[in-house]
Amino acid sequence: MEVLLLLILLPPLAGAVLNGILGRRFPQAVVSAVACTAPGLSLFFALLTAWTFAHLPTEPAPYVHSYFTWIEAGAFRADFALYYDRLTLVMTVTVTLVSFLIHLYSRGYMEHEGGYYRFFAYLNLFLFMMLTLVTAANYPLMFVGWEGVGLCSYLLIGFYFPRKSASDAGKKAFIVTRIGDVGFTLGVVLLFWTFGSVDFQYVFTRLEALPPGYLQGSLTAVGILLFLGAVGKSAQLPLYVWLPDAMEGPTPVSALIHAATMVTAGVYMVARSHALYAHAPLALEIVAITGCITAFFAATIALAQNDLKRLLAYSTISQLGYMFVGCGVGLFSAGIFHLMTHAFFKSLLFLAAGSVMHALSGELDLRKMGGLRHQMRTTWLTFLVATLAISGVPGLSGFFSKDAILAGARQGPLGDPRLYWLATVTAGLTAFYMFRALFLAFHGASRVEPAQQPHVHESGGMMTRPLLVLAFFSVVAGYVSLPKALGGGEWFHHYLQPVFASSEALLSSTAAPAAGHAPSGLAVMGTSVLFAGAGFLLAYLSYVKFTGLPSRLTEYFRGTYQLLVNKYYVDEVYDWLIVRPLRRGSEVFLWRIVDAAAIDGLLVNGSARATAGAGNLLRRMQSGNLRSYATWVLLGAVLWLGYILLR
Amino acid sequence: MVPLAHILALSVILFGLGAAGFVFRRNILTIFMCIELMLNAVNLAFIGFSRYLGNLDGQIVVFFVIVVAAAEAAVGLAIIIAVYRNRGSLSIDDFDSMKL
Repeated sequence: MEVLLLLILLPPLAGAVLNGILGRRFPQAVVSAVACTAPGLSLFFALLTAWTFAHLPTEPAPYVHSYFTWIEAGAFRADFALYYDRLTLVMTVTVTLVSFLIHLYSRGYMEHEGGYYRFFAYLNLFLFMMLTLVTAANYPLMFVGWEGVGLCSYLLIGFYFPRKSASDAGKKAFIVTRIGDVGFTLGVVLLFWTFGSVDFQYVFTRLEALPPGYLQGSLTAVGILLFLGAVGKSAQLPLYVWLPDAMEGPTPVSALIHAATMVTAGVYMVARSHALYAHAPLALEIVAITGCITAFFAATIALAQNDLKRLLAYSTISQLGYMFVGCGVGLFSAGIFHLMTHAFFKSLLFLAAGSVMHALSGELDLRKMGGLRHQMRTTWLTFLVATLAISGVPGLSGFFSKDAILAGARQGPLGDPRLYWLATVTAGLTAFYMFRALFLAFHGASRVEPAQQPHVHESGGMMTRPLLVLAFFSVVAGYVSLPKALGGGEWFHHYLQPVFASSEALLSSTAAPAAGHAPSGLAVMGTSVLFAGAGFLLAYLSYVKFTGLPSRLTEYFRGTYQLLVNKYYVDEVYDWLIVRPLRRGSEVFLWRIVDAAAIDGLLVNGSARATAGAGNLLRRMQSGNLRSYATWVLLGAVLWLGYILLR
Repeated sequence: MVPLAHILALSVILFGLGAAGFVFRRNILTIFMCIELMLNAVNLAFIGFSRYLGNLDGQIVVFFVIVVAAAEAAVGLAIIIAVYRNRGSLSIDDFDSMKL
């Protein structure tokens, strides 16, 4: 079992090293063969490990194995140890599956791009880091994976680094997530200070034995600090600003890293730390509120975006908010469920967008598309499936996972009607902007540039096959958990019960009961379908039937529209508030004063000048004049003698 | 008996004269003689102390000093002769090839 666990992680590392060092000399076929075999092997081993784990006599207790001592400094100890339980199972299978499909897709997509081997080396390295993150058995090792995926994200966003906007976007991503990482690190330190260990098994068993109400101050602080890291990594308010810019990277990168895996690391971390959050309901409330507000906020921005990838980026931010709402109200399994379904339909959306880009030679402006469904049937159909899924149309995966979260927001241990209503409204907005994108890109008259018209073609099999597979999963992945209201067994929720049960029970017992009467599950479902339907209807009317409507609306609501198109000017505010003062401070103080004057002038040049000056003075002793030598000898003798005698 | 203070005073005066000459005179032979004068002043001090402390150690040291002075004089004079043959001058100010 311990070998199997390692075997999940090693192929991508080997692939990255091989392609990174020797890839330049390999032909494209070899590079992609190496790079795609790695996630394939990881997927195989992930499934094999899942099967092995399921047959362990200790199942569902977590399996932990320490491979070697990594850090040991006094009382602080962090091993290279891996932790496997049902949550890990879900994460590893999802991550490797989606990653494998995206690697296959990239073979076709990146065919004509330079730096082929570099791309795949980074992509494999990313997979290794992500797998380390989800299998780590202690916070420092998880942080290694956390930072590693951040590094790969930087490298891949800035893949086209000769373009300034791309390298800027890479830097922005890394720096903004770093701010969150400060919180994460402080949280881990505080945790160590409280428990004397950062090992999951040790800390979580202590936490489960802890009576409610103990250590609440420290645990709430740890919870909030760790969540700060998640805010950065999973692009929540106020540290989401890097994700839209991250669309500068190649589309498979957006699909893998910024939809399915890296950005979900924050959600996984919160879910993994459920034992901690169960003792800190205040921290969980903050998680839920942040997630909910972010979901709504990002959805409103998505309404007005014309760049397809940017629209999808804001959509991702919004859906991540949903996942945090799920965890924040105490239903961690709902959050993870949505993580899984979202991985499928969001990466599908991005890959389909990539397919469109490929056909239109890089065009991403929705206003310059239209009518593509005739020439790109497969892309259109898969995009449609994903749109239905993300809008929460009954029957597809998104409906079941979103419904689980909405029901939790209303009735969960920390549920609140306000969260529920905001989330439901957001669902309506989601349906609207997604169908808007669908209609603008694929329906109606073609607004494609005349020069591009003859090139529009469906993408090759290498790109469309992964699309079809992802579409399949977008439909069926939801059926692992049919809600009780529809007579289902909520199998996914029950499957993860051994992981989350104690925390959910603790939260239910300590939290105040939700105000007002609890609506039935069917009512929740019905309302969400209603809102989604309204969104769809509005989009249909605006973009298919009465195509004059949008321009009339944007004219009428001019101010609001300007605000949304310019993303609430958040980037500009940050620039004015933080970036500009920092730069001025750096330039005027740190550069001119500290670096040039103090360090260069005073310390470096100054010490040189002092040495030269001293040398100059001492030089006078060596004048070549014998008489002065004689004088010095006499003087020296007198002084020394005086010193001896006067002692 | 001559008081110790007198002997020491004479010793100091002789030493001072020798030091002054060592620093201020130009002729290298004169400088050498001043070095010898300083050494002998020290010898006088040692003898004085030996007489007044009733200890022979001082006089033994004088032996050593005389021997060293003699050896040093021999070597030093040899050097001066060599330098004179090269420079053609006995003025210490002319020995300046080490000057910058």
